[in-house]
Amino acid sequence: MQKKKNKIETKRLNFFYGDHQALFDNDLSIEANKITAVIGPSGCGKSTHLRVYNRIFELHRGQRAEGEVFIDGKDILDPGIDLLDLRRRVGMIFQKPTPFPMSVFDNVAYPIRLHFKASQKEIAERVENALRGAALWDEVKDKLRESGQALSGGQQQRLCIARAIAAEPEILLMDEPTSAIDPVGTLKIEELMDRLRERFTIVIVTHNMQQASRISDTTAFFYKGSIVEVGPTKLIFTNPRNKLTEDYVSGRFG
Amino acid sequence: MKTRSTFFRKTKDSLMRAFSGFATSMALVLMAWVIFTIVREGHSSISAELFLNASKPFGEVGGGIANALLGTVMITAGAAALALPPALAAGIWLAEFGKDSLLARAARFTVNVMMGVPSVIVGLFAYGVLVTTTGHFSGFAGSFALAILMFPVVVRTTEDQFSGIGDALRESLLALGASRARSTLTVIWRAARSGVVTGVLLAVARVSGETAPLLFTALFADTWPTSYFSGPTPSAPVLITSYTMDSPFESMHRIGWSAALAMAVILLAVNITARYFGAKRAAKRK
Ligand SMILES: Nc1ncnc2c1ncn2[C@@H]1O[C@H](COP(=O)(O)OP(=O)(O)OP(=O)(O)O)[C@@H](O)[C@H]1O
Ligand SMILES: [Mg+2]
Repeated sequence: MQKKKNKIETKRLNFFYGDHQALFDNDLSIEANKITAVIGPSGCGKSTHLRVYNRIFELHRGQRAEGEVFIDGKDILDPGIDLLDLRRRVGMIFQKPTPFPMSVFDNVAYPIRLHFKASQKEIAERVENALRGAALWDEVKDKLRESGQALSGGQQQRLCIARAIAAEPEILLMDEPTSAIDPVGTLKIEELMDRLRERFTIVIVTHNMQQASRISDTTAFFYKGSIVEVGPTKLIFTNPRNKLTEDYVSGRFG
Repeated sequence: MKTRSTFFRKTKDSLMRAFSGFATSMALVLMAWVIFTIVREGHSSISAELFLNASKPFGEVGGGIANALLGTVMITAGAAALALPPALAAGIWLAEFGKDSLLARAARFTVNVMMGVPSVIVGLFAYGVLVTTTGHFSGFAGSFALAILMFPVVVRTTEDQFSGIGDALRESLLALGASRARSTLTVIWRAARSGVVTGVLLAVARVSGETAPLLFTALFADTWPTSYFSGPTPSAPVLITSYTMDSPFESMHRIGWSAALAMAVILLAVNITARYFGAKRAAKRK
């Protein structure tokens, strides 16, 4: 039985790209309203693991997941699950910002119009709230009608966060959300995440060890498709149990 | 080890440059030559009457080309109405859903074959299924023939434009909880739109000048195109051909050249519009 406070509970998750197995028996518990950092060398399966939580991998032919992933106690790998509702509840931020070719306002309104019956006034309110929630409102309130693609990279990423928040998710998955963003923009997003943790369960993939130790509560270290060690971030970075983890967090390989 | 002499490579490089420079200027010279000739031959009988009146029967002096231009617009618009909905749908399906499936590969192959079928054969086919069966020529049969020529081109451009859009956009739409169909018809379409419009305009412009298929189908008439579905319908390409080639009268030759000039100007305008959409897309990519 799953413990109540775990938002996500992964059991013996295996993942295949055609014949190539990328994840091996992943077991991972993710606590609600915490930030969990997923770290590990390039190609170890971090993105692959994250992309199971909202079943986004199903866009691509030949990719399949085996095992169980419980979200709020329900196995989301069950074929009978409502995929569109799952994805509303589990938002995702990608490495490269992907503003839609439409105005800032319409970008954020997109998921609202998609999922909620809201009047024009309610939509406008929700857009503003989401933009405030993503710490972007002050910068864009005078250019809501301008193209979302005309913003700076960091602003585009926060626009994507606002758009994800607007769907009112419970979980936010972030796959290297700041690796394409300059240091100032990165700092803003990190501050933002610290505030978002109150409302959402956040899982973030990062290559930046400082970032992981600064913002996360729990850290999971992946290596060659397996989860080597999971624990409180402080412990992972100061006193890891596993030699591989120690070598990785101390920068001896990566 | 001895290094290879760079002499030949350098010579080859200069020859290559000289040749491509020459080819480019040849293209420009040819283009200018075509335009110059059409303007020289066609400008003298350009007048308001030409664009207001229908053509007169063979040999009668006077008359305009307005009926032929209108007929061309109707036949081309009819072709677009027939070809675009299925072609856009097929192009989108190939890029978004068919991908590498057997059906998609078969469809792609068919489209490629269709693209290579000579327009005269397409015209003959339309004649066989729409003219001999109904017993009359018609503008609609012409539209049908042109639609067959337009279809594969539009399928290809549409597929190209949609598959040119990265999966990142698709994934971020799905990640918000949008369905495949909805994201395709809203956001992906928006991203692909200007490129598709460019391709469609070029395809429309291309078939509007086709003559051979119309000789089998729409034929020609010295009347306004009132019987689009049931009778011969005039068109600019056929007027140009018959006035300049089949007529002994100098006045008709002049009108034929003027029609060619009018056609060229109109198509140039369509091309510039298409480029404008294309340029907007290129600017957005930056
Ligand atoms: N589309 C794909 N097709 C086939 N194999 C893939 C595909 N995507 C990833 N893989 C393989 O799966 C493994 C895990 O890849 P994944 O992208 O999850 O790694 P990652 O930890 O996110 O790496 P990075 O830090 O570089 O983003 C790698 O061996 C990779 O080669
Ligand atoms: Mg990755």
